[in-house]
Parts: sequence; C-alpha cells; structure tokens
Amino acid sequence: MPIVATMKDVHHAYGRIPALRGVNLAVRRGEVLAVLGPNGAGKTTGISLLLGLFPAQRGHVEVFGHAPSARATRLRRGAMLQIAGLTPTLRVAEHIELFRSYYANPLPLAKLVKTAALDGLEQWPFGALSGGQQRRVMFALALAGDPELVFLDEPTSGLDLEARRRLWGEIRRLAETGRTVVLTTHYLEEADALADRIVVIHKGQAITEGTPAQIKARTAGRRLRCITTITCDELRRRADVATAAASGQHVEVLTSEPEELLRWMLSADPKLRDLSVSGAGLEQAFLTLTEEAQDVA
Amino acid sequence: MTMIRTHWLEARYGFLALARTPAFTVPTLLFPLMFYVFFGVIFGARGPSLAMPTYLLATYGVFGIIGPALFGFGVGVANERDAGTLTLKRATPMPVSAYFFAKIAMSLVFGAAIISGLFALSAYAAGVTLHRVQWFQMAGILLAGTLPFCALGLAVGSWARGQAAVAIVNLIYLPMAFLSGLWMPISVFPEALRTLALAFPPYHLSQLALKVIDMDQGQSAILHVSALVAFSLAFLVIAAAGFRRVAAL
Repeated sequence: MPIVATMKDVHHAYGRIPALRGVNLAVRRGEVLAVLGPNGAGKTTGISLLLGLFPAQRGHVEVFGHAPSARATRLRRGAMLQIAGLTPTLRVAEHIELFRSYYANPLPLAKLVKTAALDGLEQWPFGALSGGQQRRVMFALALAGDPELVFLDEPTSGLDLEARRRLWGEIRRLAETGRTVVLTTHYLEEADALADRIVVIHKGQAITEGTPAQIKARTAGRRLRCITTITCDELRRRADVATAAASGQHVEVLTSEPEELLRWMLSADPKLRDLSVSGAGLEQAFLTLTEEAQDVA
Repeated sequence: MTMIRTHWLEARYGFLALARTPAFTVPTLLFPLMFYVFFGVIFGARGPSLAMPTYLLATYGVFGIIGPALFGFGVGVANERDAGTLTLKRATPMPVSAYFFAKIAMSLVFGAAIISGLFALSAYAAGVTLHRVQWFQMAGILLAGTLPFCALGLAVGSWARGQAAVAIVNLIYLPMAFLSGLWMPISVFPEALRTLALAFPPYHLSQLALKVIDMDQGQSAILHVSALVAFSLAFLVIAAAGFRRVAAL
C-alpha cells in the first residue's frame, strides 16, 4: 500500500524534556491509523511535526513526498487539533466559509454542515455552542478542503459518551470515503473501535504496532484476581506472568498461560480464595505494553 | 482568485468579529469622540480662539487610531494565539499575508470611522475650519500612522497571553498618549518631559499631524517619519522573536 506520510528516526525535545525519542512511522493510504498512548507520550508533538507546525530537531518527516509545511501538502490534508476555540462571535457558517476559502477545491458548505451534523446551527455564534457542537465545527473545518489525509488529535477528548459515539460514526464515514485518517487518542476503546492499525507510543517511543486484534493477541491472556499469600514479586518472577499488582486485599495478575499459572498458584497457596478469571481487554493489553516498555527503559 | 477571496474573507470576518464585540467597539470608537466633545467642544470652544479644538483634533485623532491597532491587532493576536486558532490556521494553506492584511484592514476601517467622527465633531460642533487639502492630509497621516501601532500591537500579542495582553496594552496606551502630548500641548510640559516625549511613537505621529495645521514643535518631518519607521521595525523584530519562541515551544 502506498505510503502517504512518514517519520524516520524523529527526535524532539522541549528544552531538556524529551517528547519524541526516535520515532518511526509510516501512514498507508486509505487506512485509519490510531496513535495510542497516555497523556504526555508525545502524540501531539508527533501530529504537530506531521502538520509542519515546527520542524523536527532530528530525523526526517515527509507528507505526500514533500515537507509537511509545504503548501502543496497543506492543500491536501486537514486537521482537527486540541485547541480551546475559535473566534466566539463568528457564526458556524462564517468559520466554515473562511476555511473553505483556503483551499482550491473545497467541499460545499451544505455538505460539510451535513457531514458534521451541524444542521440548524449554521447561524449560531461559535461561542454559544456546546463543547460537543464546537468539536463538530472543528471537524467540519478539518474537512473543508476535501482532504485526502485527515489528522485528528484527540478528537473526542472531553466529550460525553453520546457526543463521542456520534463523532466516531462521522470518523468511520470519513474512512469509508477512502480518506486516510490519523487519529491520536488515549481512549483504548476508541482506537479499537475506529482503527485499522494501532501504533502504541509511550514516553516518546513507538513501542508496538499492529491491528487491534494483533495488539490484543500479543498480550492475549487472562486476568486472574484472587486473595492469596503469594506476593506480587514472586508472581512477577514467573515467565508466564505479564503483570502482577496488588489491588486492596486482592492480587491482579495478567498472564498468557492462565491454566499453567493457576495450577502453580493453587499448589503454592492452597488457601487461595475469591478467585475470578476474566479476558483481558485492550485496556489491559495497553497497560501491559506500556509497563513492559517501562521495565525495559 | 482563491488568494484574493481568502484575504477578503479574513478581513471581513475579522472586522465582523470585532464589530460584534461591544467591549471592543464601545471604548475604542466612543472614547476619542467623547473626550473631544468634553475638551474640544465644551471647554475648548469657549476659549478666545479655536486653538484648542484644532490642536485636539490632531492629537485625539492619533489617540483614536491607536486604540483599534493596539486592542484589535494586539489583543486579537494574543487571544487567537491563546485559543490555538493561530496554530490551527497555520496548519491550513491560509497565506500568512491574509492574516496580517485582515488585521491591518480592520485597524484602518475602525481608524477611519474614528477620524470621520472626530472631523465631523470638530467641523460642525466646535467650528474648526481647515482647507480641504488639510483635512485630507491629516486623514492620510493618521491612517498611515496606524501601521507603527499595528506593529506595537503585534509585538505585545506575540509575547503576552490574552488577559495579560489587555493589561499591557492599557498600561502602554494611556501613559504613552499623555506623555506624547495628546491631551495637553507638549509646549506646556517641563523640559525633561518634552525630551522624554521623543521616546514615544505617538509624539512623532502627532507632530506630523500637527504640522498640517502649523501647530507642531517645529522639528523636521524627516525626524518624525524616521522615528516612526525605526519604531515599527523594532516592534516587528520583537514580534518575530515572540513568534519564534512560541513556535519552538
């Protein structure tokens, strides 16, 4: 699949605080790529570099074969950033008209209004909209130029569940029209629900990537929860234990070999009680991955 | 075509956004006119000559055009930087020229409205009579004189955050206007303050405007124009440094 954007060994720091430490990334045409990581992992820095807002201190960034800040690049992509707002006294339709004027072949106003579900809000001042409605205006602005590539930096952060699900639907429809979407999120559920491929970044490094299913399989396993005299340290020494942590009276263990582990635990502590075994969701998988990275570091 | 339309829309919506903000329009449009009514029309016209209303026409004209440049341009940039609007626009193909064109156009349109109001008050309420050429010269000088204050506004807006920018602009605006002789003729100032006035851009602009009606201090126009150009360049350098710092963050 053709590559539309790449980052090669990109490093960036704010003063002495490193934000990206050697990130490699390739965005394939037509995919929905989720860049997943906790706050402060370097996601927004990565997006900013791909948007050409500032140059990378080290490494190479390229979008559509050009520098990310080149006008030719800007004309073909759109972006929704984590920003507080737009001029509050301007109306929704005015903001959209203005952004449409930046592009050679913008989408019609009516289509943008419909896509972002802003019907009836066209004449509202931006400042009078709810948080969710303001985000949808930002979404419309990102699409104003009929972009081939759309960057969405934490598109649903701060939204309530209903507004989030609504925006998800709109992002999915975006992907169905053949556009390439790069979104950052720290909602694991969001990456799972929307992405074809997930890159997990943690402390400025891409620690793993794959389809949501692969990411889950990599830490496929079960979560055991019980009250036992076995300590977390003892558990962590075992190869089949991904993580072990105390949670009140209980111990929570993530394992790739639940049966094997359980046999050992029951023999080591016959008084083991209050046992539950459950499948590990992406949330657990994610924690495991980032904790592994932390242990290695 | 797209470029022209972008410049036009940026200017139009920049103007509309401010025109819909009474906290901006009421003080910037009404204060210079109100002060002129008090000091130019009510007090000034009682004097033995029309010297005071004529002098204040030029100096309140300067006071008037500084407002939109500092508040509209300076605070506008600070707010848009704060809210992230500027970052979002930098990610689009918007030409940077459209952004600055819009801000300057807005300052000129509000400046022109203030100048028109002042001219009307001075001619019809205070009875000031100038040659037609003098009216045009003064209007031209005042409008062109907006630019150094746009640069000053930009310098403030590139460094200060939204609310801090408002405070800084207020801190600069009134003392600078007073010390430049916009309220009281510079000739009544003590020697030291008259020298100090040279350090303020409104002094030089007001002297140019006062030259039209032969009420200036008699320094050369070249001095004043050079000073205004030098101030503008210095403000632009400060602004560029401010934006570079922000981009590096």
